[in-house]
Amino acid sequence: MSAGAAKIPVTVAEVTPVNELVTRFKFVRRDGGPMPTFSGGAHTVVEMNDRDRVRRNPYSIMSDPGDRGAYSISIRRDDNGRGGSLFMHRQVRPGMEMVISNPVNLFALDLRARKHLLLAGGIGITPFLAQIKQLSAMNGNFELHYSVRSASLASYADELVANHRSRVHLYHDERGEQIDLPALLDGQPLGTHVYVCGPKGMIAWVRNTATALGWPREAVHHEEFLAPASGKPFEVMLARSNKLIRVGEHQSLLEAIEAAGVEAPYLCRGGACGQCETDVLEHEGTFLHKDHWLTPTQCASGTKIMPCVSRFEGRTLVLDR
Amino acid sequence: MTVIFKEETFHDDFTFRNSPEAVKRFPFPFPEDSYMYSVNLEPHKSYRPGSVYERTFDVDEHYVSEMRDRARVLAEDPLRCQSLPHMTLAGWDLLELIMTSKAEEYPELFELHRDGAKWHWINRPLGIEQKFTFLDETTLPYGPMEYITRQTQGDFAVLDQRDENLWMDAGMVTTQADWSLDFDIGMNFFEWHAPVPKAHEMGIFQRALKFLLNVQQGSPARRLNWTMTVNPLLDTSPENYHKWGVMKKDLTLENMGQMMHLRVELQTFFRLPRSNALVFPIRCYLIKLDELVTVPKWARRFHRVIRDLPAELATYKGFVTNRPKIVEWLSKYDDGAPTSPGIWAD
Ligand code: FES
Repeated sequence: MSAGAAKIPVTVAEVTPVNELVTRFKFVRRDGGPMPTFSGGAHTVVEMNDRDRVRRNPYSIMSDPGDRGAYSISIRRDDNGRGGSLFMHRQVRPGMEMVISNPVNLFALDLRARKHLLLAGGIGITPFLAQIKQLSAMNGNFELHYSVRSASLASYADELVANHRSRVHLYHDERGEQIDLPALLDGQPLGTHVYVCGPKGMIAWVRNTATALGWPREAVHHEEFLAPASGKPFEVMLARSNKLIRVGEHQSLLEAIEAAGVEAPYLCRGGACGQCETDVLEHEGTFLHKDHWLTPTQCASGTKIMPCVSRFEGRTLVLDR
Repeated sequence: MTVIFKEETFHDDFTFRNSPEAVKRFPFPFPEDSYMYSVNLEPHKSYRPGSVYERTFDVDEHYVSEMRDRARVLAEDPLRCQSLPHMTLAGWDLLELIMTSKAEEYPELFELHRDGAKWHWINRPLGIEQKFTFLDETTLPYGPMEYITRQTQGDFAVLDQRDENLWMDAGMVTTQADWSLDFDIGMNFFEWHAPVPKAHEMGIFQRALKFLLNVQQGSPARRLNWTMTVNPLLDTSPENYHKWGVMKKDLTLENMGQMMHLRVELQTFFRLPRSNALVFPIRCYLIKLDELVTVPKWARRFHRVIRDLPAELATYKGFVTNRPKIVEWLSKYDDGAPTSPGIWAD
């Protein structure tokens, strides 16, 4: 199978500042045709040609799944990140041609649920925007609890409240408001599914609280794309392609493999989908596993690595790639 | 392309036959002289004009008769089509996939006109014309999955994806090789594959499941599977085993060429966009041994494959008792010459 999902050549139709940190980007097909239908929770991988390197970052599609005219994503600027969000904020203008991937959904609604309880933190609101549109169209039963830093950073809160007043609950950190999670989870009717997307701490808090309250694992869904961590540069031997490559400080192992012209599979580039799993043939050193995919036993075995997010420190690393 | 639809039956008098053109395009499943169970998945891309791989959903000369057979089976047993409530959206996805690809790939047979949610569907071979509202079940005579699969050859397993697994939560199954939707509905991937010998130890299912979970929208996949069936029965369901199982006893060296059929399933896999479900169409192609041996390469190779097949696979595929007779019959067509690689006739 080739790397990633099938690609779509697009033009940037609109770049809209949402607030001081978040900007929205709208993409239409270059050939004028309709976008592939997607489902709420899906993401697309955006390719960025940033001078001599190609960055690829996953972003949730926030537009209406019923609208095939365009895809929209919202990106929060991360001044200390590796540069993808800064590239999007600083370089991308309407009219620019870009390439994005077909939608991939790793955070789909469980359509058996009698009720969907959506918990968003900050920019984690984006997959829910599409899910809410999908649920509204199907008359689905949902409730959104959205935690924001301040009113001015509450992306799309006004629109959500205007359209779904009774179903939307907002919490402002700066006013000291917090979701009363145990009470919220405890009071849900049987058949409720809970979905969480937001900062790492929030995801862990929701999953742990739900487990402690006896929620079945299958009824708790989360999505988090990890940004690849920076770290010390290291060298890797790609055995099948017979290439020795160097992974830079701010580069991921996957990016370094791609930069060497070697095809490597991926779907999420965030440690969640399992697609990039690669066999380790030899190593002398320590793995810095960062993904959500490998089991602790697999991590300890030293035979697998997820190159989209994980790194290595040591003398030799030989991969089956 | 013009397809001439044949009048034929898949029960009682069994008038099913392949025309010489249909024999030529038959998906013979053996690329080499031996067979072992494998995942053998490849992208479902248009390939070889005229072959069964050319279109998204192949429509051939048996279409009209097969659809009549499906209606007959459903009338006897409505449980062959089921859909759990959460799968209705996937049914619409499937309807859209089939209607749009058929209308595009067979414009002389099918038409689809869309004006927003107002759709107008024309199926010429079956004489159907239907105006309906997309996503509004009340505007169709059946649920969306049942409606469209009553007009599409092959069985359909519609799988929900959750908890890193696939669940058989809907389907239309009337042309199956001895399995039953009614037994399997609600089961996950490992549960419904439980009876396949050897495959578990080989880790095949783990690998296949991982592949399927990652089938992407716009990148469908396919594989071939096969078995043997006595008489051209599309419906070899466990529910009706008492009716077709006994036919295996009637097989002789004299009637072998007419009665024994190679049964090939073209299985495809599509990610459905609205529901994120996976659909698994299983199209069944039948060929009599008399028809098969008109292609010398297939005749030779099929003899070798059947002769050397491990006993547990012959048992699983249900022809172990008849195997000596089948091998004896086929041996007359094997002159020992080498065969060329690949599945296509020379
Ligand atoms: S690309 Fe998804 S886990 Fe690495």
